[in-house]
Amino acid sequence: MSLTRQDVEKIAHLARLSITDQEMPVYVSSLSSIVSFVDELSRTDTEGVLPMAHPLDGQHQRLRADEVSETDNHEKYQVNAPAVAAGLYVVPRVIE
Amino acid sequence: MLHNLFIGELAARLDKREISSVELTRHFLSRIERLNPPLNAFISLTADAALADAAAADARLKAGERGPLLGIPLIHKDIFCTAGVRTSCGSRMLDNFVAPYDATVVVRLKAAGTVMLGKSNMDEFAMGSSNETSYYGPVKNPWDISKVPGGSSGGSAAATAARLAPLATGTDTGGSIRQPAALTGVTGLKPTYGRVSRYGMIAFASSLDQAGVFARSAGDAAAALAVMAGFDPRDSTSVDVPVPDYMSTLSQPLKGLKIGLLREFFEGLEAQNAALIENALSIYTGLGAETREVSLPHLPLSVPTYYVVAPAECSSNLSRFDGVRFGHRCENPKDLMDLYKRSRGEGFGPEVKRRIMTGTYVLSAGYFDAYYLKAQKARRLITNDFRAAFDQVDLVIGPTTPTPAFDIGAKMNDPVLMYLNDIYTIGANLAGLPGISVPCGFVDGLPMGLQLIGPHFAEAKLLNAAHQYQQATDWHTHAPRGYA
Repeated sequence: MSLTRQDVEKIAHLARLSITDQEMPVYVSSLSSIVSFVDELSRTDTEGVLPMAHPLDGQHQRLRADEVSETDNHEKYQVNAPAVAAGLYVVPRVIE
Repeated sequence: MLHNLFIGELAARLDKREISSVELTRHFLSRIERLNPPLNAFISLTADAALADAAAADARLKAGERGPLLGIPLIHKDIFCTAGVRTSCGSRMLDNFVAPYDATVVVRLKAAGTVMLGKSNMDEFAMGSSNETSYYGPVKNPWDISKVPGGSSGGSAAATAARLAPLATGTDTGGSIRQPAALTGVTGLKPTYGRVSRYGMIAFASSLDQAGVFARSAGDAAAALAVMAGFDPRDSTSVDVPVPDYMSTLSQPLKGLKIGLLREFFEGLEAQNAALIENALSIYTGLGAETREVSLPHLPLSVPTYYVVAPAECSSNLSRFDGVRFGHRCENPKDLMDLYKRSRGEGFGPEVKRRIMTGTYVLSAGYFDAYYLKAQKARRLITNDFRAAFDQVDLVIGPTTPTPAFDIGAKMNDPVLMYLNDIYTIGANLAGLPGISVPCGFVDGLPMGLQLIGPHFAEAKLLNAAHQYQQATDWHTHAPRGYA
């Protein structure tokens, strides 16, 4: 199984990653070899096997009482933000 | 010398007030200053905070308080959030990130009186088996600085081996504690999935990630696990199972213990490596254990299964790094899409980008069933194999890695070859099982690890078996030349 440059460009777009022209050939070849490697799974008979999403059987998401447990800390959290104004995260204009 | 003492011995000296935590902390800080530069085991050093924490520990000791870790210095892997101290996760993306809170592991160890010396270097976002993917440069192996220390917790492993701290935390998603422990000649414990809280531990693959510890003996690892383990309501996969007294069972006799030799782990193993494992088995037989061969027929599927499941979860987890709320943002984005793409393209290194793209691919429309669902099914087959093995034996045993530490740069251009390093460790992560690596000898002057894997929540039995092995051998006491 081998991926084309167009495949990798599409994947990079879905993953929201800019890949430079110099980097692209390396990703095309290394992703192709990884996909070929994991393709080994296709030769395994998994008929009737249930997919396993969690390593501990019988675990389920806990619920908690619907009570306030966190206070507003947005100023503390926004210290790490690249751009903030009036308590809001700033991004390039989205709607013209 | 102080740095060669085990934690129990250090605690005894602190108890008797023969040394203070401040003196102990200064001793390790001066070793770090002198010995760390060629190793590059740290991303951040926190000397001033360490001395303040040590003084606080001394005050608690003076007031009569006692505890197995009270006043003991340690290093946290830079994946654990530490309030007020940068948490980079080995990435340019988080080069300027200072978490507003402590991870639960950090909270618990701090409450027990440990003293954080600094934050250790690691593969970027814990993705790597050689510590070469770090934005802060590779970590070198103290046994031979032309070799890798393993990864992803390479800084914690190298620092423990070099006696720069008696204890270091780590995380293990596919072998990231056990593999570097083996390659640097220290003891590394990966607990059962859910045993130790993941809260505040930057996520890589959430169904596999587990926090654990590096130490120079199983007894020291037991003392640390006793503090780290336990239910945490802040982690939705934390397990509410009582934490046993790991220290009290360390010295139980092994008579009648049934140990399974993993047939698949010995196939193709080089003779020198196999001989070390055979020697370890004869030690166990001498201690009264019974050995028999067991088989995990689906084990060869574990690396391809992992390299579908882990990248899939990583691509989802790392979508939070969007250049908006925290982390790296590119200069002059022309629109929101440009901001996302360039911030992520610049902030992540090549291996992280490769894994995000692998994960994006296996989860994308048309490929989900063929790769992701298929891997989840294979994961169950591998888990069922372990379950069947544990119907016959108490623990299984084998090598931790196929080879000793390899040259820096040797595998960086071949990701699949790099991934195959984890062939013996990944199975335990897929099945959520606890595992421990202990030093078991040398090949070409480099340390090798013996791996024990147990059923869910069998940490006490693993630590007991590892401790008894270390009572009968002295491999865990060897220090690299220049660091003794």
